[in-house]
This record gives sequence, C-alpha cells and structure tokens, in this order.
Amino acid sequence: RPDVIQPGYEPGTVVTDAVPQTTAPLGSPSEAEVEETLKRIQTHKGVIGTIVVNAEGIPIRTTLDNSTTVQYAGLLHQLTMKARSTVRDIDPQNDLTFLRIRSKKHEIMVAPDKEYLLIVIQNPSE
Amino acid sequence: ILPKGSTHQTNMLLMSVWSCFFGQDEEDGTETGEGDEWMQGKTLIKPLDQLDLTEAELKEEFTRILTANNPHAPQNIVRYSFKERSYKPISSVDQLAVHFVLEGNLLHQDSDEARRQRAKQGLPEGRLPGLLELLFDQICCFLQEQTFETAVAEKPETPAGKKEQKITNQFNFSERASQTLNNPLRERGCQTEPPPRANFSATANQWEIYDVYLEVLQKQEKNKEKAKAVPKKDDDKGKKKMMLVETQSDDITKVAKVAKIIERMVNQNTFDDIAQDFKYFEDASDEYREQEGTLLPLWKFQYDKAKRLSVTALCWNESYKDLFAVGLGSYDFTKQGRGMLVFYSLKNSTFPEYIYPTTSGILCLDIHKHLPYLVAVGFYDGCVAVYNLKEETLQPIYKSTAKSGKHTDPVWQVKWQKDDMDNNHNFFSVSSDGRVVSWTLVKNELVFTDIIKLSLEGAVSEGPEGVQLPIMACGTSFDFHKQIDYLFLVGTEEGKIHKCSKAYSSQFLETYNAHNMAVDAVKWNHFHTKVFISCSSDWTVKIWDHTIKTPMFTFDLNASVGDVAWSPYSSTVFAAVTTDGKVHTFDLSINKYEAICQQPVVAKKKTKLTHIEFNPVYPIIIVGDDRGYVTSLKLSPNLRKKPKEKKGQELPKGPEVEIAKMEKLLILSRTKKIKTDYKS
Repeated sequence: RPDVIQPGYEPGTVVTDAVPQTTAPLGSPSEAEVEETLKRIQTHKGVIGTIVVNAEGIPIRTTLDNSTTVQYAGLLHQLTMKARSTVRDIDPQNDLTFLRIRSKKHEIMVAPDKEYLLIVIQNPSE
Repeated sequence: ILPKGSTHQTNMLLMSVWSCFFGQDEEDGTETGEGDEWMQGKTLIKPLDQLDLTEAELKEEFTRILTANNPHAPQNIVRYSFKERSYKPISSVDQLAVHFVLEGNLLHQDSDEARRQRAKQGLPEGRLPGLLELLFDQICCFLQEQTFETAVAEKPETPAGKKEQKITNQFNFSERASQTLNNPLRERGCQTEPPPRANFSATANQWEIYDVYLEVLQKQEKNKEKAKAVPKKDDDKGKKKMMLVETQSDDITKVAKVAKIIERMVNQNTFDDIAQDFKYFEDASDEYREQEGTLLPLWKFQYDKAKRLSVTALCWNESYKDLFAVGLGSYDFTKQGRGMLVFYSLKNSTFPEYIYPTTSGILCLDIHKHLPYLVAVGFYDGCVAVYNLKEETLQPIYKSTAKSGKHTDPVWQVKWQKDDMDNNHNFFSVSSDGRVVSWTLVKNELVFTDIIKLSLEGAVSEGPEGVQLPIMACGTSFDFHKQIDYLFLVGTEEGKIHKCSKAYSSQFLETYNAHNMAVDAVKWNHFHTKVFISCSSDWTVKIWDHTIKTPMFTFDLNASVGDVAWSPYSSTVFAAVTTDGKVHTFDLSINKYEAICQQPVVAKKKTKLTHIEFNPVYPIIIVGDDRGYVTSLKLSPNLRKKPKEKKGQELPKGPEVEIAKMEKLLILSRTKKIKTDYKS
C-alpha cells in the first residue's frame, strides 16, 4: 500500500515590511512557491481534489482519501501514458501538454511532466 | 380312465391313441366310429368327480395358444414412479425362464487368464504345450500339490528356444532365503546460487527511439564541448553532487511548471464564460446602434497584497500578447510607502505570474520591445531600476543611486530606446526635477546622461550667494516619435508641451501651451506622423498637429483625465479614462465632437481610473484604478470600425489608409481654423 503523504505546509504570514519575501520569479522556483501554487489550486472554486503522482504511478501527495487516490492514480497514469504514446507516435518531436476528461459530474485535468503527474478534479459548473 | 379335468378334446386324443393300439383303419375320420365298435363292448366310465357339463357347454370350444410367455412371470409388477409420484405398472416384464445353468471351465486361448496361466507354467506365449509336456506338468503339479488346469487343443510341437529353467531338486527341496542388512540410503544434493536475473521489458515506439537518438546526440555534443574547453574538476564534482541530491528526494519543485499549467486550466474552467466572451463574443446589438459602441467587462485582476496601492502604470508585453505589467504605488503625496511590480497573464486572472515588491512606489514602467524580459521602472523616490524577469532574485539588476545621478523628484515616465552604437540597451526617464535623462546599461552599471533640462523660460530665481539659478519645470510625461528617432515631446506640470530633440540639450524645438494644469499624458499617433494627443487634469483632451501651435481637436470630459491612449488598429480611435470611473472612447472618423462610447467600468463610484492601455493584438483594453484593480474590457465592433469598402473597389489595407483617414480630418479642421482665424 503506497504511503500517501498529506500536505502539512503552512504558508507564510502576510508581510508588512520593506522587502517582503513572498514569491520568486520563475527561473527555478522555490519549494514555497510551488506549495503556494498547489494550495491555490486546491482552494480554488469548484476543485474537489488534487493528486501528485510520481513516475511509477505512486501518489505522493493528495487531498482525497486513500482508496480514491490510489484508484485515480493508477487509472489516470495508464491513460496518460497511452495518450502520450499516441501523441509521440504520430510525431516524435511533439509531446503531451495536458489532458482533460469532461464527464457528466465533473472534469478531470491531468498535466504530465517528465517525472510527475498532477491530477486535479474540478466541478466546473460550481 | 380319463384323467381328472380332461375335456372333450383330450377325450378325442385319447381315443385316437386307443385306436392306434388296435391297428384299425384310421383313415376314417370318425375315430369314435371305430372305437365305437370296441367301445360298445364297454360303456364309458365316468369318474365320479367329473364335471357335469351341459351339451352347450360341452360343445364350447376353448382355444389354447402356445405362446412364448413365461407363465410364471408376474404380470402386474408395479413400481413407484418418482416422476409421477404414484405407483405405475411396468409395461414389460422379463419373460425369461432359466431352466439350467452350468458354469464351464473353458478359457479362450488369447484371453488374459489363459496368458497368465501360460506364464505360470513358463511357456512362451502363443505356444501351446505339447502332450508330453502336459504329462510332465501333470506329474509335477501333482507332486507339488498344485491345482492343474486343463490345457486346450494339443499341438505336438517341440519347443524351440525354451527358457532355461532352473531344475530344482524334486524330492528334497527347501528354499532358504536370508536378507542382508540394507544400507541406509542417503540423498545428498547441493545447489549453487542461481545467477542474478533481471526481467527487462520495454516497448519500442517511434518516439522512444527518437528520444534515445536525441540523448546520444546531446552526449556527443557535450563531449565535443568538453574536448574543446578544459574542464574544471571542482565544478564537475559540484555538479555531480547537485545531481545526486536532486534524484534522491521527491522534489516537489519539479511539479512547478505542471502546477502552473493546471492552475491555468482550473481558472479557465471557472472563468469559462469570460474566456469564451473574450474569444468569440461580438456584440450583435451594435448593428442597431448607429455609432455607439460598448465595452464588455472581462476579467478583473487583483492581488491581495496590492489592495492599498493604486495602479500607476500599465504596459503590455509586445512578445507575449497575453502578458502585461502593472506598476503599483500611490499618487498621494502623503501616503507614500512601498510599491509593487506585478505581471499578469490573461490565462490566469486570480494570481499574478511575477511579483516584485519594491521599497518605494512605482510611477511608471516600460517593457523592452524586443527583449520581453527587461523592464524599466521609475520610482517615486526618483530612482530608476531595470528588472530582468529571467533572474531568480526579487531585486532589480540595475538600480540608480544618488551617486549615479538619480532624479531628485519622482520619475513620471520611462521609455526604452533602440540600442546605442555599442549595442547597449538604453532608456530615457523624465522627472519632476526637470531633467530628461538617458540611462545606458553598461555591463554592471547604469550610466546616465542628461539629455535636456526643462527650464522655465525666463524665470530665474535668486540662489544663495546671489547666483541666479534657472527654475526647472517639472516634466510629467513624454513620448518619442515612432519614426523620427531624435524627436520627442515632453509634457510639464505647468501645462506646456515641449517638442525636443535629443541633439539639442538646452533648447526646445517648439513649445505648445497645451493645458491649464499638468499634462498627464502625451502620445504620438501610431500611424500619422504628425499627430499627437495630450490629456490633463484640466478635464480636457487635445489632439495636435505638431506643425501647428493650436490643437486640432479639443474634448471636454467633465472630469480630470487620468490617461489617454491611441488604438493600435486605427489612427482615429483613442480612449481616455477619467477620475469619475468612466472610459471615453472616440472615433474621429465617425464622430468628431463626441465620444462614441462613455461607459463607467468600476462598481464603486469613488474609484478613480488611472491608466488605460490597448492590447496590440486582441480587441481588449485594460484599465487600472486607484484601488489596485485592473479590469479588462472587450471593445464592441462599433469601436473597431474599419473604413467601408465601396462597391467594386478593393479595400486597401495597411497604415496608409489610417494616415489618409487622419489627413482628411486634419485638412478639414485646418480649413476650418483658417476660416475662423480669418474671421477673427
């Protein structure tokens, strides 16, 4: 059973001083900035859950319960691999940017990376 | 004597029997007749218990049938049928009657039993034992007290190749056996360690092959580079260490790019209708409105930490058409504090792409036309700075200091210029201290050059020790000509606009008495080379031909005008924002005197609009206000009109059209002017 890490990061407080250290430009972003971006996504309107999956298909970060996470991670990982394989087979210089699956109840968005996969489930009508 | 129970027929049979005995002529059918003779001698003796039957009964014929049925077989066997749950008579009953059974003791010679017996006797199969052998066997068997079994047909064949049988002592034989000690069996085995095995599977897709080739190519290139340059060992080690650290941990920072994409997708979903409007919505009611147009509100951009600040500068990025920069600070003299430089993308309206906090409020900014990562910023405290968006730090890469010639008053406008002869980037700034300064980015520092000093004509003040110092005018805005490189306009706080040249540092080419209050913005037309527009807090917007000292058009907007901007798609369309929260859009080719659209764009009436910018590509404008919000609005079709094509004529395209349009208007107004001048 994969060990699912729950996010425990508390974002920094609002700065009032002279040069506040809030965010860095995206040369190579700091961990704090990434955490903040993920937190913004999670708290965005209509977002049901977010899952970060590593290259082997094991979820490393999630906001959903364990069984749902494992199910989503496994299924979407395979689908993304297949989609990416399809895109690249047609043109090897091309690559998959993201995948959207819209269903009756909600929308599943998957953005793949070289090593990671970010899955967000949103209810767009909310 | 007739047997008991006999019938008439049997009587007849018996009679015939009797007659045979006597040898009488039996051809005569009536035996009774013959017998009668004999019989007459004797009378018929009836047994005492013979049935008395009547004549009719005697003549009755009884048929007796010989059947194959077994008379002893039961005829009414009933069996219980579970199917029908009742007793049912069996239809057919076995009629077989067995009379005699005798078990035989003959064996077929090819049967198993026969073969077994032959084997016991030690004879080869297929061969039948001969007579002598049979006898011999018999004797042996008798003596050995074995049962003898009959052999079948005798074939006196001499056996050939008979198995050698050990002839045992017939008379005195006893078998003795003994068993030696069995050695205990031990099984010993050993197994070597199996060679390490690994399962490997992979798919060979076209793209995997491509990836591998690419990697090999990159490695080759790296090797080539290494061969050229002498590698430093320390660096390599350091790099290796870095690599190890990265691969070991589950680095969350690698998710950054992907998280950004997802954030945009999530935003797109939430603001789906706005995105659709932005792309596709065209106000259909414009067809029914003759000349007027509308502005459709799209996204609203705000940043939490910028709430107290007002938008002091807006600039679109030329290369990335969805990216724009917002400078935040304060126009209020008393409320000076920190500022911020924030970049937004239209793809994500909830959170900025880049955020740079600053110590002093920003008043102006400009993004380099060709290098979209260089941003020049002017501050309230008189400094100018250059930010590089590619850098990781929050600090600017260049900043002017008191030593390096920073302004002593707020910097109101900055603008990038073309690279100078040494290919260094440079930009200009104008400030209230009356100086127009050119800054050049030379390696690590910012080198300044005073271009011009704005002095009030004729005004001279008494300085200390009796030296007469010229009073400086306060420059509040400037703009460079699109084609003529050295020509630029400067607007001052006194309401004058000076036409200057980079070459002349002390004299103006021309001065226009433009406004009664400070000139907030002055902008050259994108198409027509002679026309520029100016706006001021004295509620007016004026359009000028730089060869004529008086304005061509004047518009009174009933409120202090914060900013004015020409549209990039038409030479006659421009928009202005006022402090009463309205956006006024004008199209001179449609209506020379009035705005074709006057629309309040902010919810609260007290919000003042500070800046406006047209997007170079999309039909949208962004408007900044003094609460730190930036609102984007879409221009309706009426506001974007191109000249109508005449029937049969091809529509000419390009800036020439725009210039021609403007020229036409100018001629009209010039002629009117001449008339009025002449009259007056």
